Amino acid sequence: MTAKLTNAQIAWRAAQDIQDGAYVNLGIGFPEMVARFQPEGRQAVFHTENGILGFGEAPAPGQEDWDLINAGKKAVTIKPGTAFFHHADSFAMVRGGHLDVAILGAYQVAQNGDLANWSTGPKGVPAVGGAMDLVHGAKRVAVITDHVTKDGKPKLVAACTLPLTGVGCVTRVYTSLAVVDIVDGCFVLREKLAALSLDDLQSLTGAPLHLDGAVADLTCPEV
Amino acid sequence: MDKRISSLAAAVAGIEDGMTVMIGGFGGSGAPIELIHALIDRYRATGSPKNLTVINNNAGNGHVGIAAMIEQGMVAKMVCSFPRSADPRVFTERYLAGEIDLELVPQGTLAERIRAGGAGIPAFYTPTGFGTDLAKGKPVAEFDGRSYVQERWLKADVALIKAETGDHLGNLTYRMAARNFAPIMAMAAARTVAQVSRAVEPGGIDPEAVVTPGIFVDCIVEVPNPAQEEDLNRANAYYPEVTA
Repeated sequence: MTAKLTNAQIAWRAAQDIQDGAYVNLGIGFPEMVARFQPEGRQAVFHTENGILGFGEAPAPGQEDWDLINAGKKAVTIKPGTAFFHHADSFAMVRGGHLDVAILGAYQVAQNGDLANWSTGPKGVPAVGGAMDLVHGAKRVAVITDHVTKDGKPKLVAACTLPLTGVGCVTRVYTSLAVVDIVDGCFVLREKLAALSLDDLQSLTGAPLHLDGAVADLTCPEV
Repeated sequence: MDKRISSLAAAVAGIEDGMTVMIGGFGGSGAPIELIHALIDRYRATGSPKNLTVINNNAGNGHVGIAAMIEQGMVAKMVCSFPRSADPRVFTERYLAGEIDLELVPQGTLAERIRAGGAGIPAFYTPTGFGTDLAKGKPVAEFDGRSYVQERWLKADVALIKAETGDHLGNLTYRMAARNFAPIMAMAAARTVAQVSRAVEPGGIDPEAVVTPGIFVDCIVEVPNPAQEEDLNRANAYYPEVTA
């Protein structure tokens, strides 16, 4: 039994909850990995903030067209059904409740659903991009993240200490150890790695984990 | 009516010190590199325009386009959502030295403020940013049980944008995701200058395919085979060119 899930496995687990036909925005970086793990027979339509719905995978090196990029400024491709639109329409899709799921990274998630994922403090040049827009409007706002920081501190916390991206916006967190929903201001544990005791998981979590029925085993293939 | 202008220099002639300039593009896609460089040429020849406020999603990359404007010292303030890039040193160094101002705006709020400016809507309410540092000092209100932040329109003296095809009346189409901010910036500026990769006679664009109607465009200048900022940066280009 692995001690924790890899990033690819966390992304795989999040992908299992995306329904056929869902309109999905994946945050820049780690969340983009979720697109690789769409379950067989399901097709999601991916949205990118700079103005594309239904884009395809990265082109082969040397085949890039720099008018055809995603929000992370990486080259993508078109495929049958791709649509282009301007930025105000793109964010109308975001805030207007038209996206089914947004999946984002996090520095901290609080038990009330507050998210901190854009700034680690006042040093350097601040940059926010579309993070503050994406957390409002999607029917589900999910976070994928390691359960703890690199120095072992909880990322699921009672209250965020870093600058907020949004208030009360996260509905589910997929971590390297567990799947946790946010319900009425509480973390509700849905799945955890079988080898990990509830006490051990709680000790790595910065706020109480509540139980609402059985806790399933969090299982992922090697991906 | 014929909105064609024959030279890039003439197209950017009306931009004066202290103006607010919207510049299309998301990263390199849609960046009107030739218009920007024509503006830099004018600054280097005449010392004007300077003290510009530039509105763009980013704050330049490498040493071409907006980064080159900043490097020349033409820009007093950036209004943008993401002043980081593969090579953001030009902006970063000036920002950390206190030589350039930054108004950081969430990306969707930036787009909607520009759209509102073009549509005659002085302010609107958005959920974006509520409860965060970027909403500090802004009016908030509750609608149907949710809290929203009041944001104001954003307008400009001039917009510089890049389009794919333009006719003599200023009707425009775009190329793929290079569209991004251009249609809304064209609406929000007192004067909109579009560089087009192909200029056509009226009738040369299917009316069903027009993305920006000509009413929002003041002049077009044809720039066949425009440079891509990404290609320039991959070639470590500088503007003006650095000669050994």
